[in-house]
Amino acid sequence: MRWLLVKDLQILRRSPLLVGLLVVYPVVIALMIGFALSSPPGKPTVALYDAVRTGRGAVSIGNQQINISHYANQLFQSIKPIRVTSRAQAIRKVQDGQAQAALIVPADIVSQINSLITQGVGNPTVELILNSRDPLERQFAQQAIAARANQVEQAVSKQVLRVAVTDLQQVLNGGKLQFLGQSVPLLGLRNARAIVQGTIASLPANSPLRPALKQVVDFADLASGGLGFASPVLSSIGSPLTIKQTELTGKTTPSASYAAAIAVIVSLMFVGVLLAAGLLALERSEHAYSRLVRGLIKPEGLLSEKVLLAAGAATGVTLLMSALVSLFVHLEWMRFPLWLAALVMGALAFGALGVAIGGLARDVSVASLMAFVVSLPIAFVALVPGDAVSGTLKSILDAVAFVFPFKAALQAAANAFSGTAPGIGWPLIHLAVLTLVFGALARLALRRFA
Amino acid sequence: MSIGTQTAQRTVTVAVRGLTKRFGARIALDRISFELYAAEVVAIIGPNGAGKTTLLSILAGVLNPSEGEVIRTPDRRFGWVPQEPALYSKLSVAENLRLFARLERVADPDQAVAAMLAQIGLEDRAGEEVARLSGGNQQRVNIAIGLLCEPPALLLDEPSASLDPRQRERLWEFIGGLAGRGTTIIFSTHNVAEAERYAGRTLVLGDGELLFTGTPADLERAVSGGDTTLDADTPRLAGDFESAFVRFLHDRGH
Repeated sequence: MRWLLVKDLQILRRSPLLVGLLVVYPVVIALMIGFALSSPPGKPTVALYDAVRTGRGAVSIGNQQINISHYANQLFQSIKPIRVTSRAQAIRKVQDGQAQAALIVPADIVSQINSLITQGVGNPTVELILNSRDPLERQFAQQAIAARANQVEQAVSKQVLRVAVTDLQQVLNGGKLQFLGQSVPLLGLRNARAIVQGTIASLPANSPLRPALKQVVDFADLASGGLGFASPVLSSIGSPLTIKQTELTGKTTPSASYAAAIAVIVSLMFVGVLLAAGLLALERSEHAYSRLVRGLIKPEGLLSEKVLLAAGAATGVTLLMSALVSLFVHLEWMRFPLWLAALVMGALAFGALGVAIGGLARDVSVASLMAFVVSLPIAFVALVPGDAVSGTLKSILDAVAFVFPFKAALQAAANAFSGTAPGIGWPLIHLAVLTLVFGALARLALRRFA
Repeated sequence: MSIGTQTAQRTVTVAVRGLTKRFGARIALDRISFELYAAEVVAIIGPNGAGKTTLLSILAGVLNPSEGEVIRTPDRRFGWVPQEPALYSKLSVAENLRLFARLERVADPDQAVAAMLAQIGLEDRAGEEVARLSGGNQQRVNIAIGLLCEPPALLLDEPSASLDPRQRERLWEFIGGLAGRGTTIIFSTHNVAEAERYAGRTLVLGDGELLFTGTPADLERAVSGGDTTLDADTPRLAGDFESAFVRFLHDRGH
């Protein structure tokens, strides 16, 4: 097997176009994904239903007003809004794919905010409906809206805080209160305490008013101390606005590292499948197969050599690619042994699939074409989101994805890169079983060679 | 008769007994038996689909027979030269020879490569990629690989099919030299004149059956119904043998 391996490496070394393609192709994919993920994205399209009537978007806090429409205009700088006239219409836009998300502002939002501020009761809520079919688009729209909603929250809570703290200072220290256009003097708790304390001092020692006035002074002390802590307590109340968001079921992987895993596994698949299929088919197109298997090497040995070489090359190229991608996307280098395990097991499974294809083909060009034709749908089937198709079709797609290595390799890589996807153990076992199954199919296919 | 036994001063290299090969319902070879002797040059002739390549593939160990056996010296592989040159076109002549010498577990691969290069007269082109060689030279390298393990018998499947007359002449000169050194040569061909000219014995196959075994002169005699005017010592035109061959097949319904 060693000499065949050396021979194949010599042949690859003398095929610069093929090797160049095998190395350059994944690197170009890595760079493209890196640039795509690091570049500022455009505006997401959002269906916007604003039920607040025109001119009713102002919230009064003390003697100040917050105009919600001012913050709505800021939100429009981050999204491409499609104004709709009902909640149902907004949802339809998302379902039809015309909008990546829908934002629904209820009619009672202003009264809810007012109630929360003046009575401490109320739950001002806006509704965000996300299109979960594409995790990248979903995250993109969510981030754009969440960032602006956070600004509205900050602005409202800042204004509330400013008014509340000013009022508290006046209650504590006294000042002037604007009421019906007139300036009304306000004594303040500390001044009142000083007056009462002075009054107590001027009373005779046995005056019956002393105990009562002493109670007022004690209350003023307690109230001053308590209200002194009120400012920092108010500062901690910073989220008056709730965003009700439609959540996806099940665990998810951070979109950026998931996209990186897709890019890496697509490359792993192409290098592994194409190389294994091509190298095995080469033995036939060079008419060497019959010479080799008449006692020089067993068919199983020949298949193992092709799988190992293709898997080694695919692992090497995709490790390099992962390192490049990690310049743009956060991948956890601490989990490198798991990267290696996922890529090696995935590469072996793709290599085995490659020799099964190469075993059926008569020459290199047919094998390459077959490898390409088989690989693309395998990736496509594994990447179709479950909620984008009907239940029956989903079951069929799941079954097809299960018998090919792409989905298991993607799960393993996604877990290895970020640790947030479902566990890595089962995908690795799945890949090991697929390697054996496709190896056995390749052995059967080789009978055609003789 | 055991392998290596000398019969009338001839050593048996391989004995074939009741060889049958089926591909599904189709019978490619039907109970074929014969022997080959050292230094003998044997041609297998027959129409397309007669079973020539199947027979050679079984002798080479590429295919397993459905029934029957091939008896030969244990641990001694025959040299195998497939119809198309079985060479890696991206490797040089020397690299091809060295690879197969190592796979054949030849004791000294470099020495074996040098010896083969000398034998096929391609020492000066040892470093050249096989893809750049002419068809004739590729066939010489192809044969050299078959000879690396110093086999007692060399099996050639239509060795001259893609060669021009000059290259063919040089090929047969080379093969004649091998037989002269004691190697058994068995080749298949469509070229009846070539069989008559270079083979000491012919095996005629038709629809998987062995129809005839003997010298070309024997075949002509069989066709002419024992006409002894045509014996092995009588100079003949190549066309005579070809006509006899065609008539022979025709008479037997092939």
